[in-house]
Amino acid sequence: MVPLSYYVILSLVVFLIGVVGVLIRRNIIVILLSIELMLNAANINFVAFSHYLQDVGGQVFVFFVLTVAAAEVVVGLAIIIALYRGKGSIDVEVLNRMRW
Amino acid sequence: MTLVLFFYFACVIVATAVLVIASRKPVNSALALLVMFFHVAGLFILLGAEFIAAVQIIVYAGAILVLYLFVVMLLNVRADEGYHRQIRVALIAGLAILIEAVVLLSRSRFANGLSDSASPAPVATPGNTEGIGRVLYTTYLFPFEVASLILLVAMIGAILLAKKGIFDRPTVGAGFKPAPTERKTD
Amino acid sequence: MWTDALIPLLPFAAFVVIGLSDWFGRGFGERAHWIAVPAVLGSMVLSFIAFGSVLSDGAHDLTFYTWAVSGSFQASIGIHIDALTAVMLLLVTIVSSLVHIYTIGYMHGDAGYARFFAYIGLFTFSMLMLVAASNLLQLYVFWEAVGLCSYLLIAHWYERPAAAAAATKAFIVNRVGDFGFALGIFLIFSIVGSLDYDAVFRELPKHAEQVISIAGIPVNVITLISLLLFTGAVGKSAQFPLHVWLPDAMEGPTPISALIHAATMVTAGVFMMARLSPIFALSAVAMGLIAAVGAGTALFAATIALTQNDIKRIVAYSTVSQLGYMVMACGLGASAAGIFHLLTHGAFKALLFLGCGSIIHALSGEQDLRKMGGLKSHLPVTYRTFYIGALALAGIPPLAGFFSKDEILFRAFSTGGTGIVYWGIGVFTAYLTAIYSFRLIYTVFHGRPRAAPEAMKRLHESPSVMTVPLVVLALLSVTVGWAGLPVAGWNGIEGVLDPVLSTGGTSESAPGLLIILMLISVVAAVGGWMTARVLYLTRPELPARLAERAAVLYRLSFHKWYIDEVYDRLLVRPTIRMADRLWQGADVRGIDGAVNGVGAAAMAWARGLRRVQSGQLQHYALVMVVGTFVILTIYLLAR
Repeated sequence: MVPLSYYVILSLVVFLIGVVGVLIRRNIIVILLSIELMLNAANINFVAFSHYLQDVGGQVFVFFVLTVAAAEVVVGLAIIIALYRGKGSIDVEVLNRMRW
Repeated sequence: MTLVLFFYFACVIVATAVLVIASRKPVNSALALLVMFFHVAGLFILLGAEFIAAVQIIVYAGAILVLYLFVVMLLNVRADEGYHRQIRVALIAGLAILIEAVVLLSRSRFANGLSDSASPAPVATPGNTEGIGRVLYTTYLFPFEVASLILLVAMIGAILLAKKGIFDRPTVGAGFKPAPTERKTD
Repeated sequence: MWTDALIPLLPFAAFVVIGLSDWFGRGFGERAHWIAVPAVLGSMVLSFIAFGSVLSDGAHDLTFYTWAVSGSFQASIGIHIDALTAVMLLLVTIVSSLVHIYTIGYMHGDAGYARFFAYIGLFTFSMLMLVAASNLLQLYVFWEAVGLCSYLLIAHWYERPAAAAAATKAFIVNRVGDFGFALGIFLIFSIVGSLDYDAVFRELPKHAEQVISIAGIPVNVITLISLLLFTGAVGKSAQFPLHVWLPDAMEGPTPISALIHAATMVTAGVFMMARLSPIFALSAVAMGLIAAVGAGTALFAATIALTQNDIKRIVAYSTVSQLGYMVMACGLGASAAGIFHLLTHGAFKALLFLGCGSIIHALSGEQDLRKMGGLKSHLPVTYRTFYIGALALAGIPPLAGFFSKDEILFRAFSTGGTGIVYWGIGVFTAYLTAIYSFRLIYTVFHGRPRAAPEAMKRLHESPSVMTVPLVVLALLSVTVGWAGLPVAGWNGIEGVLDPVLSTGGTSESAPGLLIILMLISVVAAVGGWMTARVLYLTRPELPARLAERAAVLYRLSFHKWYIDEVYDRLLVRPTIRMADRLWQGADVRGIDGAVNGVGAAAMAWARGLRRVQSGQLQHYALVMVVGTFVILTIYLLAR
């Protein structure tokens, strides 16, 4: 039916869109959203392989990816709030204290 | 039929992904992401992972995205002033990696292999949910417990980090309290 | 005999004791002379004893220890006393003792009183070890040591820049001579394989015809050795062209001008030529050059002494001139005559210097004779002893200077050929010598006082610690010459020295010629005396007019023939410039630049690399992505 390679390419494209998004946006929240994109791309990959290799372990792994994504979002947003309180901005270019 | 559906889902996914990273307003990005989540769920159903599809919508679309929207509203974020200076380099790098990955893919085993032959029956009975459950609580029991711990830690972290006054005068630790005015002679 | 060892070691012990107590303890201060004077007097007594025993028993030898053994080469430090060494020991210890006693008065109250005694003790030790050496190594070591002591003593008042500069100049000019000397010693060693006098004197004649080639030019080896050794004498005995340090050395206190720069250190060069005369005698070329340099220097220095105004400088140039006589004698093969003149000169030149010191002391530091005059009634002892010294220097019989100088002139004449030219130069120089000697007497002691009235009021004769040595030296100036009376049957100094030195023919051989030459010398000396009397006593306006008439000559003489200026332009300034360039270019820019450059480069590099840490999250992310791309590329290309 649908060849596996199509799914892989799809996940690849979405992943790279996420990477580019991390690289080019100045708003931290949108950067986090791009990270979600990357995670979703990985999920697509896992489920596709799980389907084609007839192994349900791939879906179990998606489970865990989901869990981690949730945890990461929570902590990330909390940090952003704390940063905003401290610096008053969420523009990444402003947050450059850890430099030489 | 499946192919058509796949292409539909795929196109929308890619389009909304681009919208996510390209929108000026963060709210627009979040909403585009929402649409993407739904279509990813659809893709999962196409692949016979109904349970995962459901969990995707519940957790991602229903919890994580809502969280994002909360924060966006809370911080009253305005529109961005533009992309980062390195956009050109980033796009070129991304494109280059894409091409290389495709080339890699074309050389690999399953380019010809697995395409149609394993025309899979959906994951065999007893059904997706039960299948996942069987494996999750036996083979992957330990990671399951660890995952719950991760969630616990995330919760604690979030509470602590977002608490007001967390970065004020340190009160925990060595018990050292610099006295405010001790300059007058006793 | 073991007592011989004490001769040099007593003054050395004085140096050590005074020096160490100065360093580690409170120092002896004004009591230093209680250590130094007995030590050197003891040395003197032992020298007399040694002299007596050498005359009766022959040479003594005493080795302190073997210093260096390297393969077949062996050198020891010790004492070897033969007739030549014995007379030198006497000279050094007598003059040193008198100077020690004189110093008690002259340096009284000086801050470096003890240091002075320590250093002249060291000097006396070095000079004694030099003359008592039995091998060239010991000779050279103590040759350098006396040069060092000269440096230390000239710069006794080291806070004075002129003194420090003079000491440096003395040391450096000496070094030039010493370098040649060392090359000569190396050459001797390469041929003979040993540095002991016996071995050298035995072996070198076998190489008399040997020729080595230097840059393609064949040179007789013995001539080369002789010339190199002679450069050492030129430096140490202040002959032209290395004479420039001696007048400047007058910056040092007068006692050391008397001790070192009149009687002992500068005579080391002449002593060396006498001691090594067996070597020099093998090369006629070298001897000819030596005689020419000696004669030329004698005349040259005398012309300068005529116009100088500092009394010590006049005496210094006089020393250079008289050393020229001695060197000329050695060049003519008459080393015994040279040594004889060395001894008499030691007496009267030390007398003249100490007399200058007495004058300077009386006038509270004045040294310019234009500011002196009419001192004879105020300084009677100084005046009379100084007069005797001037008479001796001018060569008036029957004082010492006459006999020794005349012996040299006779030997010059009897050599014939160029010898007669040297004789003529010697006679004319004697005439000039008489002129400047009596110029000193008349301008300093006679005539109207030209000093400032306050100085005249403070005028006083020196204390007896200073005048007694003057009297002793005056006596010696009169009597020492009689040891060499050219009378047949009287053993004389030459009889003593001749067996040791390879000279031949004493003046007893041609009495008729001798009398004629003696008369001519006397005429020259008295003529000079009378000339000076006219110029400086009866018609004092004449010198100024003569100076105007012969302006060029006067200027040449007054400015020391501009030798110092020539050296300055040719040698000193280019060296300083080169040193500057090396300093700026090589050291500051090159080495410091390289070292600092390494640091600066590291810092610049770091500054550049630091910019990677921009603090921008997305820069880091981009780097990771580009890294991934690179890895993928490599992977693809490798497949």
